[in-house]
Amino acid sequence: MAANATLPTLADALALGLTEHEYELVCEKQGGSPNVLELAMYSLLWSEHCAYKHSKKLLRTLPTDGPHVVMGPGENAGAVDVGGGLACAFKVESHNHPSAVEPFQGAATGVGGILRDIFAIGARPIAVLDSLRFGEPTGPGGTRSRYLLDGAVAGIGHYGNSIGVPTVGGEVYFEGPYEHNCLVNAMALGLAERDRLVRSAAAGEGNLLVLFGAATGRDGIGGASVLASAELTGEDTATGASGGSGKRPTVQVGDPFEEKKLLECSLELLERGLLVSLQDLGAAGLTSSAAEMASKGEVGIEINVARVPLREGDMEPFEVMVSESQERMLCVVEPDNVDAVLALCEKWEVGGAVIGTVTDGARVRVRAGEELIGDMPVRALVDECPLYDVHPSKPQQPIYAAPPATLAPGAAPRDALLALLSAPNVASRRPLFEQYDAIVQSRTVRRPEQADAAVLALPDGSALAVSIDCNGRRVAADPYRGTVEAVLECAANLACAGAEPLGTTNNLNFGNPEKPHIAWQLTEAVRGLGDACRALEAPIVGGNVSLYNEGATGPIYPTPVVGMVGQMPDARRAGRLAFARAGDEIALAGPFAPSLAASELSKLRGEELPDGLPAVDVDAVRAAQVAVRDAVRAGALSCAHDVAEGGLAVALAECCVVGGLGANVELDASSSTGDPLTALFGEGAGGFVVSGAPAALRELAARVALRPLGTVGGDGLSIRWGPDDALAVALDELAGAHRSLEKLFD
Amino acid sequence: MKFGVLRFPGSCDEVDALEAARRVGDAELIWHGDRDLGGADAIVVPGGFSYGDYLRAGAIARFAPAMESVIEFARSGGLVLGICNGFQVLCEAHLLPGALLVNANRRFTFRQLDLEVINAQTPFTRACATGERLSIPAKHGWGRYHADDATLASMREHDQVVLRYAAGESFNGSVDDIAGVCNEAGNVFGLMPHPEHAVDRLTGGSADGLKIFESICVAVGAVA
Repeated sequence: MAANATLPTLADALALGLTEHEYELVCEKQGGSPNVLELAMYSLLWSEHCAYKHSKKLLRTLPTDGPHVVMGPGENAGAVDVGGGLACAFKVESHNHPSAVEPFQGAATGVGGILRDIFAIGARPIAVLDSLRFGEPTGPGGTRSRYLLDGAVAGIGHYGNSIGVPTVGGEVYFEGPYEHNCLVNAMALGLAERDRLVRSAAAGEGNLLVLFGAATGRDGIGGASVLASAELTGEDTATGASGGSGKRPTVQVGDPFEEKKLLECSLELLERGLLVSLQDLGAAGLTSSAAEMASKGEVGIEINVARVPLREGDMEPFEVMVSESQERMLCVVEPDNVDAVLALCEKWEVGGAVIGTVTDGARVRVRAGEELIGDMPVRALVDECPLYDVHPSKPQQPIYAAPPATLAPGAAPRDALLALLSAPNVASRRPLFEQYDAIVQSRTVRRPEQADAAVLALPDGSALAVSIDCNGRRVAADPYRGTVEAVLECAANLACAGAEPLGTTNNLNFGNPEKPHIAWQLTEAVRGLGDACRALEAPIVGGNVSLYNEGATGPIYPTPVVGMVGQMPDARRAGRLAFARAGDEIALAGPFAPSLAASELSKLRGEELPDGLPAVDVDAVRAAQVAVRDAVRAGALSCAHDVAEGGLAVALAECCVVGGLGANVELDASSSTGDPLTALFGEGAGGFVVSGAPAALRELAARVALRPLGTVGGDGLSIRWGPDDALAVALDELAGAHRSLEKLFD
Repeated sequence: MKFGVLRFPGSCDEVDALEAARRVGDAELIWHGDRDLGGADAIVVPGGFSYGDYLRAGAIARFAPAMESVIEFARSGGLVLGICNGFQVLCEAHLLPGALLVNANRRFTFRQLDLEVINAQTPFTRACATGERLSIPAKHGWGRYHADDATLASMREHDQVVLRYAAGESFNGSVDDIAGVCNEAGNVFGLMPHPEHAVDRLTGGSADGLKIFESICVAVGAVA
């Protein structure tokens, strides 16, 4: 040990985010006060971001087993069996706090990080999706929201496009509570031969640790762990295009070219069987990667910081150990293979260096040359951070202010339809997804806006479908049912494409869990997530938690983003969301019981969130999804589109606009509880707009509640709900309203 | 016949090009550091972000050892197809006239587009008809074709404008809506849209891009 170094104090520990109790525990584990390096490493590994200390107990209640699961939570990514000897790896992760500080790099490195998780287990990344939340793009905070939106979308595109992985789908919502805490969640999928998936557990005393990829610099020191584990203050966040920022130096900077080489190099190293295990460097850099590899393998690890290739020569050992420089991987290699590993690094022009060894003692030791400068028990670092119970309490008062009204209370249905179609949460996402390469790798069967889920062909003729979803406003109204709905929505999207769920990933984005009302949102949402995933037999194979998304203006809407992967036997039969043939009959399938509670229409009217959503019959919804899925797979339907934000009328309008075909629709007054607005714009799970030949719809009616609506054709959408009550809008006008986001990107 | 598809660090669409070429012939990847073109009858310089597109798109790749051989191959009449980043590389290597600038909309944009075949006599378009429309996706941030007036006049005189974006289809602001050009000898062809991504209706939006690869086969005499 550096004998003459001054040891840090409790005050230093508190400044690094540990509590007094946690600091005492660290001293106990160390048998005395930790030095600067050790304290830095403990503070990171015991942060919320790395230790999940407020969520781990809840996460243990989630279903993680199922017939398709190949790799569950705990590895870099989960994986499911997709047949033909292949496994699909997937995971979603957040990069919320960095994106609030610097949206372009925050979002770009979010994509980079999730891609590394995928190839760290030996899978080639085949798709990216993103889930974004910003404040309202117009009105008082609009300038900043548009700046964040523009930067995040450009950053996602920059990274994904440059690395040759298609961005095939995603979602974005604009709501006031995200104004000061935007959300940037990125999901990635990868493909690997099932029996070649790699784990991250270090093994084999005497084996060597090779760090490869980019050199280590001072960027992002304490980034994820410091940024992601505390509330941001006003000074931290960007204030506009010129926004200065107190925390900008902790945001990492991404280099997709470096990662592209790292990806190809990693996959070739694995292909040649040169690695014992592999792990990416993410939050807390070498500290967490090395400690977690040691913990999983139940071995020790020794690292010599003097051997780490640096960008800046004068870095302190603790800086080397906690740097969050991007595009780096750590692997365990048998001594005989080291030369071959370094030669491949040279081929791909990525740096590679032996920086340590696997040891038999269960300790993480750090040296600077000969000098031992840190020595910690692996278990203490990784597994013995105290876990906390949250103390949920349902709030007595509403947490969220009512949104400003943008639609007059007595607005005619026709005006309401156009307002909804042009609302930021409903309008076409084309200005966003056109900035992403959706087709590289020649696997994309359904591109954005062609179907409710993205569809990716597999070599055996089958296909994967993938969807990501969460309506935070509905979760805010009812954390349990809102989360159940988010899971059902993902499964509905898969059903419309013709796919059956295989597995689920999730990103729990919430406020400060130490506050009882947030703890209540979190607890209820996790309960809903578990119940819905169990009911759908779509187990959770991995995920991420992002807490403390709140500031002086309050918490974000609780946003448990759900990503779901499914499969269909025949890629050629993948469903489409748009009307395709004039003369087709249109019907509403499923146990759809619309309500205006927490609907998009109620938001436009400026209504407060209700206390609770109507109950959902999950089994009935699931049965409807199965029936629609089977009909799509049989090639019987020309369109299948799930009813979501804006209700039935908006779903019909979307089928018209995307297909370039009109429709004549008549709503049965008796089925709509007498209220036309509820029938037109009410929301809820379990509704599908389907079209097809009359015989096909009759066949579907034998399996699921089916209400005939009308026929496809004409040059506009006309909906009639009474002898004298109707609306009619020309296709051009519908399309114009649907294009409203374009002006945000001028 | 055999296609050779270059692979630079940062190439993204080289496997797509390889698979597209394999629909009509044999094809192999050529590593950027190798000077041996492996006896290829035609070379594809693929899309992506070679060397990260640092400095300027295509500016570094043009100096790769493999490109030295490709330049020699082209000068001796060999067929060279540059797609997207490959088009940029061929312009940087002065195998094709003009340059590619940042899109007029200043954003990376991905869209399925209609192209119009202007010259169906080239070795790359002879499976098409003049005036035929091809539906092919484009995806790039730096695709605005530019050449000075004298160059453009000379190109028109020698029928070097091979493909145009159909009316109203271009998002990048290319001069004269130019989407693809060839050299004066007609053996080097570059285009910004991606024919290798339009070889199968399942994933490509159309199979029109296959005609470019079929044309090359015909041109090298592999198909009667």
